[in-house]
Parts: sequence; C-alpha cells; structure tokens
Amino acid sequence: MTGYLLRRLGLMLLTLFGISIIIFVLLRLVPGNMVDILFDSAGLVDPAEKARIAAELGLDKSIPEQYLVWINGLLHGDLGISYVSEKSALKEILPRIPVTARLALSAIVFAVLVGVPFGVISAVKQNSAIDYGLRVVSLAGLSMPSFWLGLVVLMGFAALTGTLPVYTEPPKTTLEAFLLVAVPAMTVGFRSSALIMRLTRSAMLEVLRQDYVRTARAKGAGAGRVNFHHALRNALLPVITVIGLETAFLIGGLIVTETVFNIPGLARFLVESIRNRDYPIVQNLVMLTAFIVVTINFLVDLLYAALDPRVRLGA
Amino acid sequence: MNADAILEVEGLSTVFFTPSGLVRAVQDLSFTLRRGEVLAVVGESGCGKSITALSLMRLVPTPPGRIVSGTVKLEGRDLLAISEAEMRDVRGNAMSMIFQEPMTSLNPVLTIGAQIAETVRLHRRVTRAQAWDRAVEMLRLVRIPEPAQRAREYPHQLSGGMRQRAMIAIALACDPQVLIADEPTTALDVTIQAQILDLILQLQQQTGTSVLLITHDLGVVAETAQRVVVMYAGRKIEEATVEDLFEFPLHPYTHGLLGSIPHLAAISGAVAERLQEIPGMVPALSNLPPGCAFAARCDRADDRCRADVPPLVELRPDHIVACWHAGAAS
Repeated sequence: MTGYLLRRLGLMLLTLFGISIIIFVLLRLVPGNMVDILFDSAGLVDPAEKARIAAELGLDKSIPEQYLVWINGLLHGDLGISYVSEKSALKEILPRIPVTARLALSAIVFAVLVGVPFGVISAVKQNSAIDYGLRVVSLAGLSMPSFWLGLVVLMGFAALTGTLPVYTEPPKTTLEAFLLVAVPAMTVGFRSSALIMRLTRSAMLEVLRQDYVRTARAKGAGAGRVNFHHALRNALLPVITVIGLETAFLIGGLIVTETVFNIPGLARFLVESIRNRDYPIVQNLVMLTAFIVVTINFLVDLLYAALDPRVRLGA
Repeated sequence: MNADAILEVEGLSTVFFTPSGLVRAVQDLSFTLRRGEVLAVVGESGCGKSITALSLMRLVPTPPGRIVSGTVKLEGRDLLAISEAEMRDVRGNAMSMIFQEPMTSLNPVLTIGAQIAETVRLHRRVTRAQAWDRAVEMLRLVRIPEPAQRAREYPHQLSGGMRQRAMIAIALACDPQVLIADEPTTALDVTIQAQILDLILQLQQQTGTSVLLITHDLGVVAETAQRVVVMYAGRKIEEATVEDLFEFPLHPYTHGLLGSIPHLAAISGAVAERLQEIPGMVPALSNLPPGCAFAARCDRADDRCRADVPPLVELRPDHIVACWHAGAAS
C-alpha cells in the first residue's frame, strides 16, 4: 500500500514537471509578443525603450533561464507580476479561485448525484421504458455543447420568470444565491452527468451478470442490497476513473459558462489573459489547472485503493 | 404427501424466450428430496440441471427465462406460489445454494467474513458482532485454518479450494434444511475435489441438511449420493438408488454414461477395454424432436421412439425410467 502511494506520488510530480515545460514552451511559441503589444499600445518608437520593457519583464533572458526563474518563483510562492494590471499574479488569481471552485464542485456533485443513481436504475431496468427515456436524455446531454445549453437555459429563464440567473449585483435571497450557483453548475454538469450515467449503466450491466451477484441473491438479499451493496461497489471502479477525467473536461466547459453567465471566475480570466499575452497569469493558471487535474487523478487512485482490495493489497 | 420428503418438485417446467426460439430448459420434472439424504442430479452440460437448481431457488434470470408450470414444495409450502419477499426469506435460510465457480462466486471487494456474516444478518436477529462470530465459527466448521484471520481477508487472497469452503460456509451459515450444490467440485483440482466432497458429506451428516447434488460426474455420484435422477435434454429419464442404477441401468443413455467411465482395470492394462462413447450430440433445446430426445443417438431407437415421448414407468422397485425399450443392453 505505501509502495503504491509512493509510486503514484512520484508519478504525479514527474507529470507536473513535464506539464510545466510544455506550458512554458507552448506559450513562447504562440505568435505575438507581449513586448510588441505593450510597445505598440504605448505608441513608443524608440528601440531602447523596447529593450527596457523586455528587460523589465525578464523577457530578454534565454527561454531556459526564464523557465528557471518561473519555477523558482513558483516553488517560493512568487508567481510574478501581471503584465496587464501590474499587480502580483497571486493577488489576481487567489480571489477568483473560490468562485470557480464552487461552480466546478457543484457541477461535479450534480453530475455524480444524477449520473450514478440514474445509471443504476437504467441498468437494473434494462430495456424498459425508463431505460430508453434515460438513454435518450443522456445522449442529448452528450450531444449538446454547454455554451449552447447555457444560452438556451438563460433564454428559458428570461422567458419564464423574467429574470436572469447571472451575476449583476450581490444576491438578495437564499434562492437567488442558490440559483446563481445551481443553474450554471447544472449547465456545465449536465454533459458529465450524461457521460457518468452511460458509464454507470454499462458497468452495472456487466457486474449484474457476475456470479457473485447471483450469490448475493441466493443469500436472500433484496434488490436494493444486491444492486447497491454488491454490484455498484464493483461497477464504480471504472466510473470513478471517468469522474476524474471529466473534471479536466469540466474546465473547458467552465470557460464558456463563466462567460455566458457573467461569472467572475478563473476560467474567464484565463481567456482574457491569453488574449493579452499576460504570461505570468496564463502559465500559472494553466499550471494550477494541471495541478488540480493531476491531484484529482491521484485522489482517484486513492479511491481505487479504498474500493478495491486487489489494488490495496497488491494482488 | 410423503412424510419424510423435505422438498417435492412436481411437473416443473422452465423455458427461455430467446431470439432463436423457445428453449425448453426443464420439462415436466418431478422428484422428491428426502430428509437427510443426498440426491444426485446427473446429466451432460446443457441438460437442464443447473436451470433446475436455479428454478428451485427462483433465481432463473427473468427475462429471458420463466418457470411456466409446476410446484416446488419445501416442507409442504409451494415456493413458486409465495411472494418474492417471502422467497427472499427462504433463500440462504431454509434453502441455500453453492455454485460451480468458487473463483467468481464471491464478491471481490468484500471480506470473506463480511460475506458470511451478511447471510446471518439477513435471516437472524443478531448484532454485527454476533454475526461476525458466527462467520468465524463457520469458517472453522469448514476447516479453514486461522479462521479469525481469514475472515478479514478478501477472496483474491484465498485459493480455489478455500473459496469453495467459504461458499459452503455462507450456504450453511443459517442451518438450511436443503442445500443445493451445483457442480461444487467441477472447477477444482482433483485432490481438492475429494476434500470438498468429504467436507460436504461430513457437514451434511453433522447438520442433517438434505443435499441436492448436481453433477455430471458419475464418480462423484457413486461416492456421495443415495439416490440419482438422470436428466437428458430437460427431462428426467431415469431415477433410482445409486446401487440399483449402477448395477441395472435401464435407460440406454444411462447405460452409455456408465460405459464412458474409465475402469481402473482397463487403465492399468489388465483388461483390454475401449471406453464406450455415446455417438452424436445432445439435441438443441430450442428444437427438440417430437419423440424421445435421445432417439437420434440411440441404437435401440425405432419409429415409436421418434414419434412419442416415452412415459416414466417403475420397472424395478424404486427405479423408474422413461424408455420404450428399457432394460439391460442387448
């Protein structure tokens, strides 16, 4: 077990190191230079000025040197200065984290709470009307892009209630506050819930055919106990992997949803920063995303060990 | 009703609705399991023995399968007439079952102890700790060394023989009146097979449980059972005491089965003897011929055999057979 954890942890660090290099190099390969942008927008023409700006931002150093400066800063909690706001990147990023975290977490919780139980129902009632209905809904969920769904939801809200669940001013009632989180979270999480449902269904169908499920029935266990205690615990293993992977995809969905719902979160900030070639913000945000995804994968590995004794005991 | 009967099966028929047609897995099957006896059900793969076992437990996967007629009386109560909730109370309690595949019949993510204790908790008003103690006691009863420690282990940490012992512990945890053992030794090594059979027999004598032993192995039958039901293509074709069946097989199929067992004398070369084989294949259960299902493979078959299903008749005391030409081989 300790060996398993250490191996996973080592792999996680190695992955993060690889990702940091890729992020850094990719950003430098993007056409359009920050110095040029600043230089032009300031209306300057003196090449000496341009060199001064480059030196100020540390962009006159070689790329490996720039990388070392960044990593060194990262390890010491210094994320650099935003080129645009000229504030510390940390101060720009930190306040936006809870906004996006709450949205992402709600989306995943929604996706799991909807996807897993309906997947189980769909499998247990295979080929029934309920199963067909749920499969159609989940197919729709997989087929609809979240930005389109977001717009439709907003239009629906406007048409039905005359209000929009978007951030304009601080929410007045608990219901408003709830809707402000719930509606975008459901919009982002719908796709994931559809995927999780389909996976739970197929994993359950597989497991329900297993001999040990028959053994459970032969013991006199009821349907609920057979389906949830015996079957679902086994069926969850592949589903958990996908839940982990989905959180990565979720970030893509968040970018659009935060824009559509006017949520001042990280994802929208990332797009703005990319447009401005604000390297300190972009590389740190992407690194943060990578760190979250890798951490979630690590947690998935831990969950695997918790759920499956064959992993835990190294069979 | 027979006073010493514990389980009476009468006219049981189970069918499967499949895309290729109606499969008659079990047809008009009747037999009686007596108190404290071991009754063997013998036949080839696909003859309906396992479906019979699942039908008795009402565990036939529905759909596609369905029990279409018959009664299964456990101490006079028809199990096919009670509700699913009442049946759940019977399963694992009054009547329990062990399966062919010990490697896959235990849940891989639950400890052995938890799986035994679950049966106890489902049927007895006991605390968690009492159920666990019972689980350890059962593991000791099926002679698993260090039962207290083994109870905390997972199926993948046990060998095939150990797992089958654990399955037996689960099945016997609530002192069932009837134990259905569906090919309990088929998936095991030969040396382990003998141990498991011995164990089942000893526990059977110890607890007085009646055992329905389903097997394709006549060697197992000879060692363990008092009476035998021979099945072919979903029907009972012969029933007798073990001694009588081995000495006077009346159905040509039973005759063929006995002829296909290697004898030690022949193996050691003392007697020159070829193993007999039964020519042909078991007919598809979805497409049974109108007469005797065995007619196509039978050297005694005539036009009547191909036209009409032979009825079961008692030709010798306690020995019934379904064959128009029953008797010793010509």
